Amino acid sequence: MVHRVNASHIGGSLSMADLLAVLYTDVLRVRPMEPLWPERDRFILSKGHCCSIVYAALAERGFFPTAELETFGRNGSRLMAHISHKVPGVEFSTGSLGHGLPFGCGKALAAKKQGRSWRVFVMLSDGELDEGSNWEAILFAPQHRLDNLVAIVDYNKLQSLGFVSDVLDLAPLADKLRAFRWAVREINGHDHGQIRAALTTVPWEPGKPSCLIAHTVKGKGVDFMENSLPWHYKTPNATQLQAALAQLPEGQ
Amino acid sequence: MRNAFFQELSAQARRRPDIFLVVADLGFSVVEPFAEEFPDRFLNVGVAEQNATSIAAGLASEGYHVFTYSIANFPTLRCLEQIRNDVCYHRLPVTIVAVGAGWAYGNLGYSHHAVQDIGILRTLPEMTILSPADPGETRECVQWLAAHPCPSYLRLGKAGEPSLHTVQGIAEGPLEIVRGTADSALVCTGSILKVALEASAQLARQGVSVSVFSCPWLKPVSAEFLKPLARFRRLVALEEHVAAGGLAELLRTYLPRSVEVDSFAIPETVMNEVGSQEHLRQTARLDVDSIIRAVR
Repeated sequence: MVHRVNASHIGGSLSMADLLAVLYTDVLRVRPMEPLWPERDRFILSKGHCCSIVYAALAERGFFPTAELETFGRNGSRLMAHISHKVPGVEFSTGSLGHGLPFGCGKALAAKKQGRSWRVFVMLSDGELDEGSNWEAILFAPQHRLDNLVAIVDYNKLQSLGFVSDVLDLAPLADKLRAFRWAVREINGHDHGQIRAALTTVPWEPGKPSCLIAHTVKGKGVDFMENSLPWHYKTPNATQLQAALAQLPEGQ
Repeated sequence: MRNAFFQELSAQARRRPDIFLVVADLGFSVVEPFAEEFPDRFLNVGVAEQNATSIAAGLASEGYHVFTYSIANFPTLRCLEQIRNDVCYHRLPVTIVAVGAGWAYGNLGYSHHAVQDIGILRTLPEMTILSPADPGETRECVQWLAAHPCPSYLRLGKAGEPSLHTVQGIAEGPLEIVRGTADSALVCTGSILKVALEASAQLARQGVSVSVFSCPWLKPVSAEFLKPLARFRRLVALEEHVAAGGLAELLRTYLPRSVEVDSFAIPETVMNEVGSQEHLRQTARLDVDSIIRAVR
């Protein structure tokens, strides 16, 4: 998909591939044939630039035909290169960072007010935690006891122009979030067992929103993309695509 | 206008269980009655307008018609992208309410001068913009908004403006408050209508009978909507807003070129002094004497 239209953000998409696989297999209560099922869990991709892999997950899950993935980013396609709510299964369009978590707070608050049991999962990048609007929401959620809200940080340690630790260090991230009164867990974001164990047991503390800090590797699974800043932007050419696909396990 | 807004919002909330009020820690002594009567539909998010707007959008996406309320530029420019992306793009029923239109809070300084808001918000798709002149227009605006939840902006003055007229029909076209005989008319949006009415009364005593229109409905508009103004040779547009994106520009866009539009607006310069609304209006020729000179 990304190769065909010279798109970017393959690195940040691969870093959350395992998280998405577990979310859409074992965690999210959704009905692909009924995308607006009222009792569905709401998944919000706040790092909207990494939408290609979410479209792929939705198609694999049956929200729309996988053949449509061929149109990603092409003229006239609804599969916009930043996530779009025009696509079945997508709750919210993003692309500007720092919008997903505040919007998710509004949804989680609505669920509480209306006595509904569905949950809100928001996928954030590490770099976007530079945005002040996220910290407004991080203050807000525990104040209103939004334990139906789960923030997942794809902590791949690389942002647009460099390492997070060099640009604007988030460390100690877990301590910061705990100080803001969130329930926090840190896991290996590529270990399906750890991801499943964490996300199938939320909320971890009644009355508190949950934040899963998933330590990940940008470009995970392709040796020449892993931990490599250029792959925030670069498009794999035909040779690179073949080399990358050859590294993936059979049948994936 | 502020008091009329809250009274009407409460009246609507009694009938409509979807109405929700989100404030960003402003509105002391005016939000409390709503908060006490509708505790489950009131939220103070703290001093955080970006969060307020996105949370409003999130609530709206789950069935509420959310009103966000704050002062001057805080609920609009501070969180403009949240309005553009979260509210307008998703076509969610969020009504942004700002008090302090124009120089209503003139002595509080430039941060509190809301003089670019209409022009900026007019560029957003799906947006409805209402800019009432007095308490009566404010009530009708709230009634219309409650009946038609949509991405919208309600631009209010402050508390204590007098009632200026009883003409209704904000959604049908500009309201003709004074019907004159001359081929020119004064057209206003917002509380500057009071100045226009005083000017027209003095002009009438001098034998010049001009019509006065109030135009609380600023978006969406069309040539058809503005048709009552097309019969004039000349319009004098009065607005407490910069010319860019404002009322005069709107009139020139949608009216036939045969209609001459004179603009009385706020200069696009930083206002470096404070003062009462009346004082600041005089600095921009938005006063009775200047208008009379322009019309005669």
